[in-house]
Formats: sequence, C-alpha cells, structure tokens
Amino acid sequence: MNMELSRRTFLKTSGAGIAGTTLGAFGFGEAEAAVASFIKPFHLVNTTEARNTCTYCSVACGIIIYSKGDLKKGEKADIIHIEGDADHPTNRGTLCPKGAALRDIVKSEQRLTQPMVRKAGSDKFEPISWEAALDKIARAMKDDRDANFVATNKDGVTVNRWTTTGMLAASATTNETAFATYKVVRSTGMLVFDNQARV
Amino acid sequence: MTNSWTDIRNTDLVVIMGGNAAEAHPCGFKWVTEAKANRGAKLIVVDPRYTRSASVADYYAPIRQGTDIAFLLGVINYCIQNDKVQWEYTKAFTNAAYLVKEGFAYQDGLFTGYDEGKRDYNKDSWDYEIGPDGYAVVDETLQNPRCVWNLLKQHVATYTPELVERICGTPKDKFLKVAEMIAECSSPTKAMTSMYALGWTQHSKGSQNIRTMAMLQLILGNIGIRGGGMNALRGHSNIQGLTDVGLMSNMLPGYLNLPTEKEADLATYMSTRGFKPLRPNQMSYWQNYRKFFVSFQKSMFGPAATAENDWAYDYLPKLDVAFYDILRAFELMNQGKMNLYICQGFNPFQAFPNRGKLAKGLAKLKLLVIMDPLQTETARFWEDHGVYNKVDPSDIQTEVLQLPTTCFAEDEGSLVNSGRWLQWHWPGGSPPGEARTDVWIMSQIFLRLREMYRKEGGPFPDPILNLHWPYKDENEPTAEELAKELNGYVVSDVADPNDPTKKLLEAGKQVSGFGVLRDDGSTACGCWIYSGCFTEAGNMMARRDNSDPDDTGAYLKWSFAWPANRRIIYNRASCDLDGKPWDPSRKLIEWDGSKWTGYDVPDIAPTAKPRDVGPFIMNPEGVSRLFARKMMRDGPFPVHYEPFESPVANLIAPKIVGNPVARVFPDDWKQFAETASPDFPYAATSYRLTEHFHYWTKNNHVNAVLQPEQFVEISEELAKEKGIALGGWVRVWSKRGEILAKAVVTKRIKPMTIDGKTVHVVGIPIHWGFIGAARKGFPANVLTPFVGDANIETPEFKAFLVNIEASTGPVA
Repeated sequence: MNMELSRRTFLKTSGAGIAGTTLGAFGFGEAEAAVASFIKPFHLVNTTEARNTCTYCSVACGIIIYSKGDLKKGEKADIIHIEGDADHPTNRGTLCPKGAALRDIVKSEQRLTQPMVRKAGSDKFEPISWEAALDKIARAMKDDRDANFVATNKDGVTVNRWTTTGMLAASATTNETAFATYKVVRSTGMLVFDNQARV
Repeated sequence: MTNSWTDIRNTDLVVIMGGNAAEAHPCGFKWVTEAKANRGAKLIVVDPRYTRSASVADYYAPIRQGTDIAFLLGVINYCIQNDKVQWEYTKAFTNAAYLVKEGFAYQDGLFTGYDEGKRDYNKDSWDYEIGPDGYAVVDETLQNPRCVWNLLKQHVATYTPELVERICGTPKDKFLKVAEMIAECSSPTKAMTSMYALGWTQHSKGSQNIRTMAMLQLILGNIGIRGGGMNALRGHSNIQGLTDVGLMSNMLPGYLNLPTEKEADLATYMSTRGFKPLRPNQMSYWQNYRKFFVSFQKSMFGPAATAENDWAYDYLPKLDVAFYDILRAFELMNQGKMNLYICQGFNPFQAFPNRGKLAKGLAKLKLLVIMDPLQTETARFWEDHGVYNKVDPSDIQTEVLQLPTTCFAEDEGSLVNSGRWLQWHWPGGSPPGEARTDVWIMSQIFLRLREMYRKEGGPFPDPILNLHWPYKDENEPTAEELAKELNGYVVSDVADPNDPTKKLLEAGKQVSGFGVLRDDGSTACGCWIYSGCFTEAGNMMARRDNSDPDDTGAYLKWSFAWPANRRIIYNRASCDLDGKPWDPSRKLIEWDGSKWTGYDVPDIAPTAKPRDVGPFIMNPEGVSRLFARKMMRDGPFPVHYEPFESPVANLIAPKIVGNPVARVFPDDWKQFAETASPDFPYAATSYRLTEHFHYWTKNNHVNAVLQPEQFVEISEELAKEKGIALGGWVRVWSKRGEILAKAVVTKRIKPMTIDGKTVHVVGIPIHWGFIGAARKGFPANVLTPFVGDANIETPEFKAFLVNIEASTGPVA
C-alpha cells in the first residue's frame, strides 16, 4: 500500500472500527481495500501514551508506554506495549534487545506483589501485611540505633554515627526517590550507605 | 561524560578501551556509526577479547586485562617522543609549566612517602612550589627540570613500545599503529573521544586507568571540544543520578564531602575548603563551597539549621574511616558487627565479589530488608538450590522482609543519563498487587521512627525529629515536591543591596540556579549541581524540544543537563587563548570581544576575558592537572600495577603485588592466588552480553530465550590443551569458589605472550543465578576477589586468576 498516513491519522482512522470502508472512502483501489479488510484493528487503538525512559543502561533511550486505562483520570492502567520514542535525540526510536523486551520485564512472573517474611530458620517466605512489615523494620532500626549509636568518639569529639545498620540504595530509581532516601538515611546518622555506582 | 551521546557524531577518532559499547550500550553506539558514516571517523578498539565493538573497528589491538595504564603511558611517551602534542593547549590549559616541590620523587614503582605498614603515603611532597606571592611557581618555557612536563616526560620514558609489548601482550606493531592513529589527534582540528565503562573502573587501580587517558586527552587538546572528551558510558539508568545525589557513605549531594571526625566543627571543616586560587584571576569555583553546604543543610533540616548551631553541623554523622562502602559492609557483617541491612533495588549477593564471603555475612544479620520490583538471589540467600546455592535454611537465623516496589514504568521523576541530562518521565501503568513506591516505603519508615523517638526518646533524636519534611502528604512526597527541593528555593527574602525597596530573592520562590545560593540560611538547595532543573519557569527536566541549531548535537532545549544546562563541560577549552575556536568547523562557544556566546552554555563567567581566566574553573589553578598533587591515593602520576591476582610479576617493580595502597582486609589476602600461581594459571575477566542486563533480565522470558544458559569463553588453543569441546561442560575455579558452565570455544579470544610466557584468557559472562526465567547458573562473582580500587573501592572484577577443566554437568 502506498499510503502516506501519519501514525496519528492512522490511529484515528482504524479507531473508527470500520477500517475497510474508511480506506475505501479515501479512494484507494479495491485490492487495497480487500487487503485492509483482513487487518485487525490496530492494537494501540484507545491506549494512553506515557513518555518514559528505558530502565536498563544510562544511554537512557526514550520510550513510549501504551496502556489500556488512563492513570491521569485515576483509572487503573494496564501496559500493553512499549516502543522506542522517535522524537528522542539519542535513540531516535530505536531500542536494543533489552529495551525491545521492556514490556516483559514489567510483566515478569518474578514481579513481587505482596510483602513477605522469611522467619529465622524457616525454608519459606510467608505473607505479611504492610503495616506489620513496616512496624517491624522501624522497631528493629530504633532498637539497633538506641543500642549502638555512637555520640562521641574516644577523644570526646561529637561524631553522632551509627554503623551497625546499613543501606544499599538503588540504581534505577529517580533522583527524587534518591533524595527522599538520602534524607531519611542521613538523619539517622547511618554511615554504612552505598549505591550501585561501583558495580 | 564530559560530552554527550549525541556529541559523538562530531568526532574523528573513537577509542573504545575499557568498554564494549556495541554490546553494552547499543543505542549509544549508533553515534559511533554516524560519525564513521558521515565524517569518516575511525574506530579503535583495545580489548582482551575481539568484541562486537572490535568487529566493526578500523583497528583492533589485543591487550591483557589489567595493563591499560602501561599501554596508555606508552602512548603518552610516543606522543612526547614524536612531538605529537597540542602545545598551545598543553602549555596554557594544563599544569605542565608548574614546578613541583623539591623532595618529590619516583622510584621502582613508588613515590616519595610510602609507608608499607600503613599501605599509604605521606603525600607532603606531592605539591607545587609556592612563590612568595602565594601563587604556584610556573616556568612557561618548560625548561626547569622540576616542572610537571619534564617530570612527566621522565616518568613515561620507561614505557617504550617494547615494554608495552612485554607487559600488555600487545604486539609492538599493533601498539605503534594505535599510537600513531591517536597521535594524529594532537592537531587542533582533529578530535578524539574516549568511550570507557566498567572495563576500566573494575580494577584495583581503576581511577588511575581513567586518569591516564584523561592526561593523554589533555596533551592532545581534546577536552572541552565537540567530538572529544572523557566519556564514561556508565551502567544503570540512574547510577549517575544516585552518585550526584550523594548516596554513598562519604558524600553529601553535589560532590560535597561528609565530614570526618577530625573535623569537629564547621570552622575546621571549612578550613581545608577555602579553595584559594593558585594563580592570579582564577575563578576556583569551589570557593562557593560554603554556600552549597549551608543551603544543603537548610534543605535537610529547615528551621533547625541556624547560624547559632553551625547550620546543624552536629546533625551529620562523622566518619572514622575513609568509606563505609559495600566491601566494608560485608567485612563488618562477617565480623558480626552489623545487625540490619536494607537493600533497595540491589542484589549484592550476585553483584559483589566472593559470594562465599557474602553468604557468611548475610547469615550473621538479624534482619535483612529487601525493597525490589523483582525476586532476587539476595532475598533468597537462605534457600537451598542444590549445587547453585547449597545451604541448610535451618542453620540461618536471619529474618528477611521482602517488600514489593514499583518499577520505572509505574513511577514519575527524573533519571540522569551518561551525558548528565536529567530527563523526566511519566508513569504508564498501575503497580502489580500491593507494590508501592520506594518513596512511600522510605516515608513510612521515617514517620514510624520519628514517632517512636517522640514517644520514647533515645540517643540524639534531634536530626530525626527535625528532618525537614514539608510535604503536602507526608506519607508520600510527590516527585515534583522532591525535585523542587533538589533545585533549591528561597527560605527568606533577600533585599537588593543597591535598592532596599527591591527584593533580590523572594521567600518561597524556586531559585534560578546555583549562582544565587547563599551561606546565610536564606536559601535551601538539596543538590547544588542540579540547581536550575526546576525553576519558577517550571520543570526544565520535562522539556521535549528536540531542535538542534546547526546540528551540533547539543539539544539545549531537550531536558536539562547539569551543571547549568551545559552540554560539554570545560567548553572554554574549545577556544584558543584569544577565545577563537581551535577548529572553526567545530565551534562550540567563542569570545565576541565582550562576552562568551555560542551553541552551548559557556563554562566560564560570561564576561571573563580569555587571557585572564583559565578554562578549568573548578580547579584553583584554572588549568587541568597532568600532575594530580595529593588528590589520588596511589600517586600524582599513574603507574603500572598488576592486578592482585596476576599471571606474571610486575615488570617495572617485581616486589609490588597489586596496587600498593589498595585496602585489603586481612582474611582476604589468604584468598588471593599468588602471582604466577601454577594452581590458577589462567587470566580471567568478567563481562556482560548484549541480550542481558546484569541479573534483571534473567527474569524476563524474552531475554532468557535469547541467552538461556551460562557459558564461559576460551580460545581454541586452550580448549585443545585441556581437552575441552565446544559446548561441553567445564568446571572453572578460583581460590574462592567454583562454577560449572558450558564452554564456548572461540577465535574471539587468543592466547597472549607476556614477556615470553603464554597466558590464556578465560571470559566469564556474569548474568546467571538461581532465580528467574533462564536456566539456573552461577554468578561470575563466586570466583572474583574481594578487593577494590585504591581511591573509590570499585571491586577488581576484570582481572583475576582461575583454573579450568572439562567436567560433567551439574547434578540438580
């Protein structure tokens, strides 16, 4: 088919659900209309689009996420497709073998869906509520900090540090998440604090 | 990166060494292809393996892993010997002319001041001679034997092509061809770019690997120009950002330092941070350090940070050691000195060296908390997976909490790419099940802790009680609120000194950039280098205008680049002493007689006269450093040191094992194979495959299908010698552990001749584990040594010793 339709126009056209007749009305030949009648409605019809960035390496290719449902309207959104963003100066719409399979990492069977606990000596994870899990963490941190906080060193210098609890920060979270994490961790006096920059 | 991905189009020569962009950064590598196709640029690849980057190179030279410094010092020597130096640039823009103090010397692999017991230097002599006027003494004629240039010339003279061949295994003719191609870029109208990644950082002298190339780029005049630069390709999608925001034991955001316990108060802390210029007229921009520090403290502690309490200086913990990095953390766990550990989107059981040691450490914790979108081996280190993770869960008393988080597709905010672009993104889907954002989880932990300290009290609760938490919903700050804090805002009005009826700064407004930050508490700023990213004009990171006037590759209106939306840092150096571009066809900025203008944001005060002010404005010298003064722990010049596990002794200093100042914990020495060990004769290296990303994509069915099974790569020669068949099982072991994998027998790896001895290379892709959609396997880190770079503790994953034999497959 020698059709110069923009992607946007094509979406609208096929979105009408009458692709064959609409194409016919555009004046294309019968043969083309016959071909068009076998084409399923374009699978990105009635999706919402979100501009995002590939989660893997720091080339940071632009991507477009297509979802059923609109988060901005407060709806649940189910991601059905991810592709390269042709407007992006770096990748100009292209993706590598990892980026091309992004939808399947979002939808991986290995995604975690509820808080779990593995008790001492146990051979399995068991469900735990968010409330119980967060209470447990905060209590453990408070108890450990209270027991091991070092206010002054042997020379009497104020050092206000805590080294028996540590945190490893992420590498694919946002700057904003990083700053919230930084504030919380530093305010406790925690020193054993690192991220993935080294590996 | 000093430059950006899209700037690579402007280069004449790409050198890929210490990386493999075609496989590890495929979409960025397309800009190499563009440069080759559109302007005839050449590509050189120097690597132990004939990688896919090498397969499209104009010239490939093999090198033994861990010997890059010898190679590059050899290239510097070649350039000096053959007068291939951008002389004007080198004389005016580097410290070549600076005189070094009497007393500084180098001999047998060591500089003045080495203390073998402490594995450290007294660095007193590693500095310039200071004149009576308080400025560094320079000899612009470069005649004085104590000037940096002559010391450098002497230092690199050892690294002849013959010695390079003996150390690196690079045949002399191949080395000379590479040196010749690189040396051509000393022309002011030729640009070379260095693209490197973890192949350089993951060594016990990783920082010096990079520094050596930076020195070469400086004498070629390639820093600050289009198509030039030192370009760290970087790893994960926001590892640049996490580093910028300072999520490290010893950092505050924006590359400020956490105080040590030797700095008991703010005055002492600031006393070594005056950054007085070392030459007349220089900007020495770090003179603004106090403004950035006070503004950060206001951002952290709000009204509780006051002039009276030294801006809450005591609220910051003080370090007793240089770093509490991950290696130290696992060492402390092994010593029973840690109780709780929180892993946010991080799988250290796979990602860090010597898995046996990691397992022992994790088993000594009371509580391990995992925040992750995916299953990880770390979360299940206590689970028995037969040969892949042989444990008895009943022996392990560590409690583990596993919390489900959102992933990139479900959250909003900015990520920083290798080129320092802060790019905003928007969520596209709802999180699965009960998954929550990391911000919500961190907020919940904080709010609970604060409540407990309010009710119960406890040691020094002040920083927790007073942490500035000014969010509309304190349970979950929004990305926009946090981004605004990072940018910085005005805390209290500042009157215009020239007209008191006017306000210079108005309380509550976003600051326009770091230039307006103050040290009197009237401004707050989470990360000064990001200032300008979210101003009164809105979210600059969300900008999506991809116009690029004259196709320079700058894209100034796309997102926001730190600092100050500058796309190529040190860009003043793209012009000659009078402010005219070295290469008019590659103009970036220029001096128009009264100010700097051009395609990029000038990296200099807009009206700083070209002959007055040097281009390296962050340095008190105003120039760049071929001699690093006291800033590197292992020397002001780079030296070739062998990896801690090496098939040969160090040819230039046979007694030195590894990097002489790298930190090694006592128990780890016992787990290193000795130099030229007959038990571990093969030089191993680890790397990624293009179909996988670390340990994430084995959770993805598609990637697991593309590369389903673990393998190691060896040469046809080694396979023959050891009776190993293509596709057959092998056992690979180091002094720390063993793995079983399929053998890929390939021409891509060749035996090397090192000082007359044949050395075989074993290549070990890293991606496998006992969790996921791919077949079970072993992480390469079962084998790797527990030692890091002397300056920043990045583990030595790229060069270690193993043995290999044909084997039968694992018994499940």
